[in-house]
Amino acid sequence: MSRKSLISIRDFSKEEILHVLETAKEFEQNREQNFLEGKVIASLFFEPSTRTRLSFETAINRLGAKVIGFSDASNTSQSKGETLKDTIKMVNNYVDMIVMRHPLEGSSRYASEVADVPVVNAGDGANQHPSQTLLDLYSIIQTQGTLEGLTINMVGDLKYGRTTHSLLQAMSHFNPRFIFTAPEELKMPKEYKEFLDAKGIEYIETTSLDEYLNDCDILYMTRVQQERFTDPMEYERVKDVYRLEASMLGNVKDNMKILHPLPRVTEIDQDVDDTKYAYYFKQAENGLYVRMAIISYLLGYR
Amino acid sequence: MGNKELVVSALENGTVLDHIPAENVYKALNILNLKGIENQITIGINLASKAHGKKGIIKIENKFFENDELNKLALLAPDATVNVIRNFKVVEKKKIDMPEEIIGVARCMNPKCVTNHQPIKTRFTVKAKGKEVSLLCHFCEKISDTKGIF
Repeated sequence: MSRKSLISIRDFSKEEILHVLETAKEFEQNREQNFLEGKVIASLFFEPSTRTRLSFETAINRLGAKVIGFSDASNTSQSKGETLKDTIKMVNNYVDMIVMRHPLEGSSRYASEVADVPVVNAGDGANQHPSQTLLDLYSIIQTQGTLEGLTINMVGDLKYGRTTHSLLQAMSHFNPRFIFTAPEELKMPKEYKEFLDAKGIEYIETTSLDEYLNDCDILYMTRVQQERFTDPMEYERVKDVYRLEASMLGNVKDNMKILHPLPRVTEIDQDVDDTKYAYYFKQAENGLYVRMAIISYLLGYR
Repeated sequence: MGNKELVVSALENGTVLDHIPAENVYKALNILNLKGIENQITIGINLASKAHGKKGIIKIENKFFENDELNKLALLAPDATVNVIRNFKVVEKKKIDMPEEIIGVARCMNPKCVTNHQPIKTRFTVKAKGKEVSLLCHFCEKISDTKGIF
C-alpha cells in the first residue's frame, strides 16, 4: 500500500495533480462509489470547520469507508496536555488514513512523520490547505477547459491567505500569469514572489481591484480572515478594503469566472451571485469529488 | 606568520576559530554548544583584522569538532577559518561549508509554527543567496532570517 501523504501542494507532481483532477471528474459523473468498504478513516479537527470537515466526511462515506474522529479539540486529551505526537500515534493504530486540521503551522507535516498511515492536511493554520487547492484547480479546468497559460487575479488577503499561496504554487506548473490585488498591509509575502521569480513567472502587484479586473481569466477572491490577525487594529484597517459588485463586471472577459474559497463576508456582493461569472458555489461542491479522488489516490486505489 | 603564531600558540591542543564577525562571537558560542562546557575557552572580540576590519576569535582547549558541527558556524560566520592545534602547532587549517540543512539548532521565527508549541526538534533548509542566508522551516514552510533566530 502506498504511504504517501498530502501535506503541501508541493508534495504532488504535475502528473499527480492532473491524475487526481481526472479521477475527480469520474467521481462527479458517478458519486456512488463503494470501493473503500471496510476501511476506517480518522477525521481529526483540532480547530472548527464546517465546510471542509463535512466535505471530507461525505467523501469518505461516499467511497464506502467509515469515519471516526472529532470536530473540536476541547473534548480530547489535547486539552489534558497530551502532545500531538501521542494523539497521532494512538489514532494511527486504529485507522487506514488520517485527515487532520490543526491551528498550528507545520502540525500536519509533523503528524505525517509520526504516523505510519497516509495523512491528509485539511488545513494547518495559515500554512497549507492542499485539498482546497486541488478543488480550485478542478474548478479552473472545468470552466476554462485548460490550466495552461491563464491569467489569475488574486484579490484580498494575500499575506495570511493560505489558499492563494498554495494555488500559486500549484499553478506554477502551468505557465500562468498572476495579478496580486491587495492592500499594502496584506501583500503577497516575499518567499512566494521569490518562488515565482526563480521560475520565471510574471506577476503584477496592485492595490486597485478595478485596475486589472478586465484582464483576467480567473478572479480569485478571498476573505480577510480576522482569526489570522495578531493585531486587531490592522484588521480594522483592511477588513472591508474590496467589494465586488455586479455593476463592476461590464467589461470583463467573457470566459472570466469568480472563485472564492468561502465563506465570504462583504467582499462579494449578493448581486454577483446571479451573474454568469459567479462560480463559487459550484466550486464548493467540487470539493466533494476532489476529496474523494485524493483519498482513493493516497490509499492506492485510483 | 610570526604574529599570528603568537595568538594561537597559547593552545597546546584544541581548536581556534578565527575570522568570526565581532558581533557574532557570543552567538557562535551558542550555536556550537560551548556554553557550560568544562574546557578552557579564550574569546577575543574586536581584534584588528586586515580583511574584515574587526573580528572575533574563539580558542577552545582540548576540543575538536566534527565537520557537521563546524558547518553550523557558517550561518553566523561564513568566512570563519578553523585551526586545529596539536602540540602547539597548527596541524590543520580548514574552511567551513554552508550546511544544506540544520537540525535542532535555531528556533523558528513563526510564533504559530508547531515547533514552538510541541516538543519537536526544529529543522531548516539553508538558502544562501550571496552573503544573505535564510532558513526555510521544514514544518511551517516559513522563512526565518539568521539575525532573527540566533
